[in-house]
Amino acid sequence: MSGRSLRRHVTSGLMTGLVAVLSFTAVLALVLILGDLIAKGASSLNWDFFTKNPVPAGQSGGGVANAIVGTGIIVGLAALIGLPIGIGTGLYLAEYGSGRLGWFVADVLNGTPSIVIGIFAWTWLVRPMGGYSALAGSVALAALMIPMIARTTEEMVRLVPHSLREAALALGYPRWRTSLRVVARTALAGIVTGCLVGVARIAGETAPLLFTALGNLNFSTSVTQPMQTLPHQIYEYASGPFEEWHRLAWASALVLMSLVLLLGVTARWAIRQRHGAAR
Amino acid sequence: MPRCYRSVTDAEYVSDRMTTLPIHPATTPHAVPAPAPTPQSEWRTLRGTNVGDRLYRATLTALALVLPLLLVTLLAELVVGAWPAIKRFGLPFVWTSVWDPVAGVFGAAPMIFGTLASSLLALLIAVPLALGVAIYLTEFSPKWLRQPIAFLVELLAAIPSVVYGLWGIFVLIPFLRSYVVPPLRATLGWTPLFGGVFYGNSLLAGGIILAIMIVPYIAAVSREVLLAVPASQREAALGMGATRWEAVWTAVVPYGRAGLIGAVILGLGRALGETMAVTMVIGNRHDISLSVLQPAYTMAAAIANEFSEAVSDLHLAAMFEVGLVLFVVTVIVNACARLLIWRVARGTAVGSRAL
Repeated sequence: MSGRSLRRHVTSGLMTGLVAVLSFTAVLALVLILGDLIAKGASSLNWDFFTKNPVPAGQSGGGVANAIVGTGIIVGLAALIGLPIGIGTGLYLAEYGSGRLGWFVADVLNGTPSIVIGIFAWTWLVRPMGGYSALAGSVALAALMIPMIARTTEEMVRLVPHSLREAALALGYPRWRTSLRVVARTALAGIVTGCLVGVARIAGETAPLLFTALGNLNFSTSVTQPMQTLPHQIYEYASGPFEEWHRLAWASALVLMSLVLLLGVTARWAIRQRHGAAR
Repeated sequence: MPRCYRSVTDAEYVSDRMTTLPIHPATTPHAVPAPAPTPQSEWRTLRGTNVGDRLYRATLTALALVLPLLLVTLLAELVVGAWPAIKRFGLPFVWTSVWDPVAGVFGAAPMIFGTLASSLLALLIAVPLALGVAIYLTEFSPKWLRQPIAFLVELLAAIPSVVYGLWGIFVLIPFLRSYVVPPLRATLGWTPLFGGVFYGNSLLAGGIILAIMIVPYIAAVSREVLLAVPASQREAALGMGATRWEAVWTAVVPYGRAGLIGAVILGLGRALGETMAVTMVIGNRHDISLSVLQPAYTMAAAIANEFSEAVSDLHLAAMFEVGLVLFVVTVIVNACARLLIWRVARGTAVGSRAL
């Protein structure tokens, strides 16, 4: 082997090693973050954490029951608003859409900073209603979610073979029943996956809630009042000066992360059932 | 003798129906006229113009109109909200740096600088990592490793922003303070880039957190782009005696260049608009400093901190204008990214998925 050829092969080997190292570095970041979450959060998880409300600053004990319930309500309401619109938009794009313009609008909104969506909800709900409310937070989260859901739904519906559609139409099915009972149904697993991922994404959002749902130290289930959420609770506790708060912030982060992962892994599992190994 | 079904051969019956039923109703709904003797309602059903179809289409159209409406109202509301500030300060808003809510003087240059600086720093760290992941996964990794690594890297996109912020405050910043900054200052402290006292919250911390957050987006899109490069490109390079790395670097990467640049710009778009994690670690100081060890401010962080505490109408309008600038910049950046990616991986919803 000549010197030049040797050098080329050594370079090839080194670069292969380098990209492998870079990949493992990225994975290492994830492992470190998840490891710290468990190491610093798990010890604070107990019955009180899930069932008690926050206690005044400086006292020990207390939990984040209000934030857990608040996250459930706000995210649930956001899903109720966002999922039908998102799925409908996705079906429209796949059935009648002519491509680029629809994608463009959805993709541009997908990349819009969530804090700007917060300003949107503030202008249209908080200001007219005269006060911060959980409803405004839900609308902001729904607005974040719609373009995401629309794109995944469209992609999944487009994967359905055209022959299925033709077969249904040939049997005399009207288009709307073909679309709902045959096409959407075939793509159901994919659509559900998209929805779960979308919900998981908005469940961790804080920025659009800062000046919509605001946060609340007390337990509240009224959607017209300010409401606490887990991400917002983490933000407040992490920025505060008390050890006790930091402890609760780590525990809340662990709970939030578990929730998001649970939704994500369920989504993965759902799509595997349908399409075999995902790409 | 009455005409019965049997008197028509199956072939005739079928061909009769087939000629009147458009193969692709979506493209040629009215191309073939219905024959007169058949009951109207049945043909309407087949041609896709019955009541149910109209209702279905109207419903979907109404739902689909929400997105464009959202985009238009978002832009309109930002312009209207920002109008008092636009009128008062004009264009110098983006290059003056006094921010005094009490005196009613607002200039956003430090935030714009901080947003760009933190995002570019993030790209500097994230691009090699993400391209490394994409190249390793598509070209070199053993098959059994692909799925797990891709999954783990995509999981980074699932971690909520506020959790990154928490980790940044209590793990990353102490780590930087004890292990990274002292040697940096010892060797490069004489350059303006690493000058000043390090308090923890800084451009450097913000950039690193942002980098970790955008790696999964850049990696996922780059991977799709590299997967879309035809195998013949690799084979041709290998056939001419290239080593495996040379095949990747001289054939595969140049072929997907537009898409890879698109992936990077997409990551930039994410970094520009990221709020919580940055707000928690960047220091939120309204000042321009070249040193990455100094605190800085970003547009998103400013909105997060000051929007609900605006002391005057003009202050609020200034916040709206910051939001408007941020929105317009991200729209332009994202649009460029999409156009570049579409050139390579046409029409896939790349980057819109997490996990």
